[in-house]
Amino acid sequence: MTATLPAPRAARYDDLMQIHSPEFQERARHALDDPGLQKALGRAKEGFQVKRAAAVAGLPEFEALRDTAADIKNHTLANLDFYLETFAANVEAAGGRVHWCSTADEARAAVLKICQDAGARTVTKGKSMISEELAVNEHLEKHGITPVETDLGEYILQIRDEGPSHIIAPAFHLNREDWEETFRRVHTDLAPDRVFAERRDIMAEARIKLRQKFLAADVGITGANFLIAETGSSVIVTNEGNGDLTQTLPRVHIALASIEKMVPTLEDATSLLRVLARSATGQDFSVYTTFSTGVRRPGDLDGPEEYHVVLLDGGRSNMLGTEFQDMLRCIRCAACMNHCPVYGAVGGHSYGWVYPGPMGSVLTPTLIGVDRAGHLPNASTFCGRCESVCPVKIPLPKLMRHWREREFDQHLSPQGVRSGLGIWGWFAQRPGLYRSATGAANLALRLWGRGQGVFRSLPFAGGWTAGRDLPVPQPGGTFMAQYARRKRRG
Amino acid sequence: MSRQAILDSIRRGLRRGPLPADQRAMLEGRLAAHPRQLIPARSRVPRPEQIALFLRNLEKEFATFERLADAAAVPGAVAAYLARHNLPSRFAIAPMLADLPWADRPMLTPEARRAHPDDLVCLTHGFAGIAETGTLMLPSDPARPTTLNLLPDTAMVLLRASDIVGAYEEAWDRLRAAGPQGVWMPRNVMLVTGPSRSADIEQTLELGAHGPRRLHVLLVDDE
Repeated sequence: MTATLPAPRAARYDDLMQIHSPEFQERARHALDDPGLQKALGRAKEGFQVKRAAAVAGLPEFEALRDTAADIKNHTLANLDFYLETFAANVEAAGGRVHWCSTADEARAAVLKICQDAGARTVTKGKSMISEELAVNEHLEKHGITPVETDLGEYILQIRDEGPSHIIAPAFHLNREDWEETFRRVHTDLAPDRVFAERRDIMAEARIKLRQKFLAADVGITGANFLIAETGSSVIVTNEGNGDLTQTLPRVHIALASIEKMVPTLEDATSLLRVLARSATGQDFSVYTTFSTGVRRPGDLDGPEEYHVVLLDGGRSNMLGTEFQDMLRCIRCAACMNHCPVYGAVGGHSYGWVYPGPMGSVLTPTLIGVDRAGHLPNASTFCGRCESVCPVKIPLPKLMRHWREREFDQHLSPQGVRSGLGIWGWFAQRPGLYRSATGAANLALRLWGRGQGVFRSLPFAGGWTAGRDLPVPQPGGTFMAQYARRKRRG
Repeated sequence: MSRQAILDSIRRGLRRGPLPADQRAMLEGRLAAHPRQLIPARSRVPRPEQIALFLRNLEKEFATFERLADAAAVPGAVAAYLARHNLPSRFAIAPMLADLPWADRPMLTPEARRAHPDDLVCLTHGFAGIAETGTLMLPSDPARPTTLNLLPDTAMVLLRASDIVGAYEEAWDRLRAAGPQGVWMPRNVMLVTGPSRSADIEQTLELGAHGPRRLHVLLVDDE
């Protein structure tokens, strides 16, 4: 049935984007051997899972709110054209401007043009995954404008020249010693022998450094967690307050948002906010949830004089009407990666592009093509934890399976996999033959492994036994044989 | 150009043209009615418990508070707080709080203005308190600049008990009612829940990232 649906056309991000998704396997192997990374990844349980579970347990309506959240997103997507037009009209009524951008190139050009028109030399930035997707920093630098990341995690990544490894905790892969070493190396105006007794000393240093940047910036660029059609507002959710300083102090505010961030009303946004922070950090509500609407009003003593929304499609509209439409409900809480055993083992950088974890494994092939991102949907145990914690109930394992099917259909899977599946498929369609073949294999393995208990290695299955033992089959035949025998006995 | 291309692509995906007039009217009706969705029961409690829930949640999120009998007690409470924390007596206040009897405390120098980067203390006015999560609603206004919420090390907020509501939706309704016709939404509406923090270093919570390290609520019992 799914085969009749059109495949989404990939947006084909290129040039500035550093795409390493084809190297997933090598990167994952490195990650497994990296003790610093493994130490950092070990914090997922206490840092995210336990906190989320406590927040969810504290709200009896949480399960019902997941349904509400999914319904709101589905309603919005079904009427996305209407809500986008309404949003744009309301932004303009409040003195702002909407820049409609089909592609990453258009969005980058729009951001650059706004900055150049403002005569900007430095630009402060709140955390934005769309900005990562567009490589806005690289584009601005190329044109002589200095971008400054102000989210604590993004700030250290910018000075280390690394990408984020997590969508809400970008520096999740770093340990305290990495922070100290980096700050000592880069903040050379400070005493080299200063002591970082506590984590808060590291944060205090960043606060002082960034305060100067906030005040000097000509333009502030933020992302948007939601866009609200009713009021023409963009919404950001942060704990630090950096996003608010970014959008309040400079003369020009640019909000970067993709089209699926839309929701109809403040009430709808409120319902989604109730599940967002709980799913993300296990907070009942983030510290700063801020609604920006248009420009400084008559008499206002602060706030930007220009307000721009750079609205990116970037391949999303192609997902509507396909089996991947559900993915457009995503509110970027990161619960899926926080609970994913694969992400927890290899970390975000292994995925090789902007979006890691289960949501990335579904989204990345849509945006850069399954030919380059085909490894990602294969990097799943299909344990289903991602779907069970998703606040908008995206069927992530099912969507990853769709990508595997597509990869197979497009003849992108390796020959060994294709032949193996071909042989298995041929047998599986002939139950009699299948049962006698598996029965014979079962008996052969049992006789061969007599007295051993487990096989530590097997011919043709070295890849499987490299990481685990195969138990020697017990007397009584295959499961199907035993089942048939018991059924006969009644 | 791109606007039309995006709209066309969306409609292609949804397998339809532009919405017919009756469906547009239905959606416009939904926007105008902005129906409430499921609201958690936790804040639907008798009035004194609602205020207690608000204060409990404030403390849970590392904010502090004190209760005052009336607005005339605010200058005295501010003076005592500043002395207790060894903070300067010169500070910024929201212009809408300029009418408080500051003259009662001649040692204080409140300045009605936006915040400056080197302000250590600011006092602003809370439009609403939301009991559900101990959240303050701080909308921008010429007499209530946004920078007061962000730049100081210690942010103080005057909130009247009668402005505490149960759920966010009730605060939105109050804001809609307070605004002008047409573009009623203020330029900036902050929902603030506790002082600034970050867990970006080893997923361990630390207070005072870029915003205020301390958040102190002066609750005026006007009910």
